[in-house]
Amino acid sequence: MHDFESSRIEHGRFKRGFSKLLRNKAACFGGLVILLFLLTAVSAPLIHPKNPNVQDIRHSLERPSWNNLLGTDELGRSILGRIVYGSRISLTIGLGAIALGLIVGVPFGLISGYFGGKIDFIIQRLTDIMLSFPPFLLALGLVSVLGVGLKNTLISVGLSSIPYMIRLVRGVVISIREQVYVEAARAVGTSDGVILYRHILPNVMVPIIVNTTLGMGMAITFAAGLGFLGVGVQPPDPEWGTMLGSGRSLIFAAPHVATFPGLAIFMAVLGFNLLGDGLRDALDPRMKA
Amino acid sequence: MFQYTIKRLLSTIPVLLGISVMLFFMLRALPGDPAQVIAGDMATQKEVELIRHQLGLDRPTHIQYGHFLWRLMRLDLGNSIKTQNPVITEILPRLKNTAILAVTATLLACLLGIPAGIVAAVRPYTIWDILVTSLALFGISMPAFWLGLMLIVMFSVKLPWLPVGGSGGIQFLVLPAVTLASLLVAAFARNTRSSMMETLTQDYITTARSKGLKEEAVIIRHALKNALIPVVTVIGLQFGGLLGGAVLTETVFSWPGIGRLLVESILARDYPVIQGSILVFALLFILVNLIVDLLYGLIDPRVRYA
Repeated sequence: MHDFESSRIEHGRFKRGFSKLLRNKAACFGGLVILLFLLTAVSAPLIHPKNPNVQDIRHSLERPSWNNLLGTDELGRSILGRIVYGSRISLTIGLGAIALGLIVGVPFGLISGYFGGKIDFIIQRLTDIMLSFPPFLLALGLVSVLGVGLKNTLISVGLSSIPYMIRLVRGVVISIREQVYVEAARAVGTSDGVILYRHILPNVMVPIIVNTTLGMGMAITFAAGLGFLGVGVQPPDPEWGTMLGSGRSLIFAAPHVATFPGLAIFMAVLGFNLLGDGLRDALDPRMKA
Repeated sequence: MFQYTIKRLLSTIPVLLGISVMLFFMLRALPGDPAQVIAGDMATQKEVELIRHQLGLDRPTHIQYGHFLWRLMRLDLGNSIKTQNPVITEILPRLKNTAILAVTATLLACLLGIPAGIVAAVRPYTIWDILVTSLALFGISMPAFWLGLMLIVMFSVKLPWLPVGGSGGIQFLVLPAVTLASLLVAAFARNTRSSMMETLTQDYITTARSKGLKEEAVIIRHALKNALIPVVTVIGLQFGGLLGGAVLTETVFSWPGIGRLLVESILARDYPVIQGSILVFALLFILVNLIVDLLYGLIDPRVRYA
């Protein structure tokens, strides 16, 4: 009965939040931008059938025209085509890194916040150590050890998000572990695992959803930053930051080579930030800064 | 306050030890033999053995860590593989340049972000508020390294007013400082706005208004002083982002700071310099957060008695 009641309340909260979200124009715009990027990533071969890595030196550094809407790079490759395929890489890294942060961060945050005591102390001291490195520098340090490439970029960005996820989840768990319904579940002999899964986790979902959305923007920026520095995804793979990095040396001769990949990063991050802000306002206005 | 300061200082000791452990294992986590990685593929077995001995990799792990910690306390971070100079002499001159850039960017961000947040808060839901909050959102979403390149296109290529990069006079500092400040302006504006809006609803503000004080006096003398307290924390919270941004900004503008040194070392696989640079960044981050925490305790008694 209690489970049914709590899930009904949660369902109602999400339903109200969703209708509030739909009334928020900025959040809808953000959602639309993300949807467009997702569709672009999924249907990349349909939008741009040509291999984005195929070089055509005769058409190098062409400015934007009807033939090449966003122009070409130093090797004559279509910048539009590379941005389209780049959306696959950026979204993969963003989603993968966030998933890694969730898989590791949520259980540790739940355990740390719920059990407290020694286990909380150990997890929190480890988190403190990771948090003593600025997040981008942590990702940079990890990539310097793991090596460059898509997989290692994803792992580095994902690992650097873990301490933030642990802290977030732990904070919410501490605020709800003494609630009456948790006490009641404990009193009737429900196991800790079941309490964590059935009663605590659903209440942690809102901050997780909001932070995951906002974190996607950050993960994309971090991956692009690593690519820009030459330690992320390696050429010829069309990652947006890597494209921006190669466009840097052409800034005098062909500024469009660096302009458009940067615009793609900006739009994608803006989309996630708008949607994340909207979700926060709709689902949990108390979290608003 | 004394007790609070001691407590806060003591809390950094385990973190510092943790950092030393992480840095110690960083080199040992390299795939394969770290000595071989450092020596390079062309090195002879004798050279590899020499490096292994220099790094102490031929000793038991706990002795290696003790040795590493002892060297760390004496700021002996080893020698650069690339230049053979002590790492500390490579880092110190670069640290000064990064400090100049970071302080200028923070001041610039305060000058722009705090007044913008005040304007948005005292005229909520007007065009000014919408403008500030929209610009803040744009600022947060814009990758600083892209903004830097766009500023170069605008102010160095199209309008040749400022140098593309390098260091020297103040003209070299303008574009990197503006780029780095963009990361902070948005956070300062957002936080000042929300803090100011909350403060303006307090009873003492109503009292000040009912005494017949001018609105400017209410805002500047009564509200701002209290509204700025949480903004101090934002400086500490954003400092990590600022250091990360410094790495990218210094690369865009070839600014000879520690961030650029870190990237150069990663590309050259100069591990002692990587270790040293990351250590300095972590120490800076801890130090600034410590200062911010102590400052916060000083200006807000509720914190130190909590």
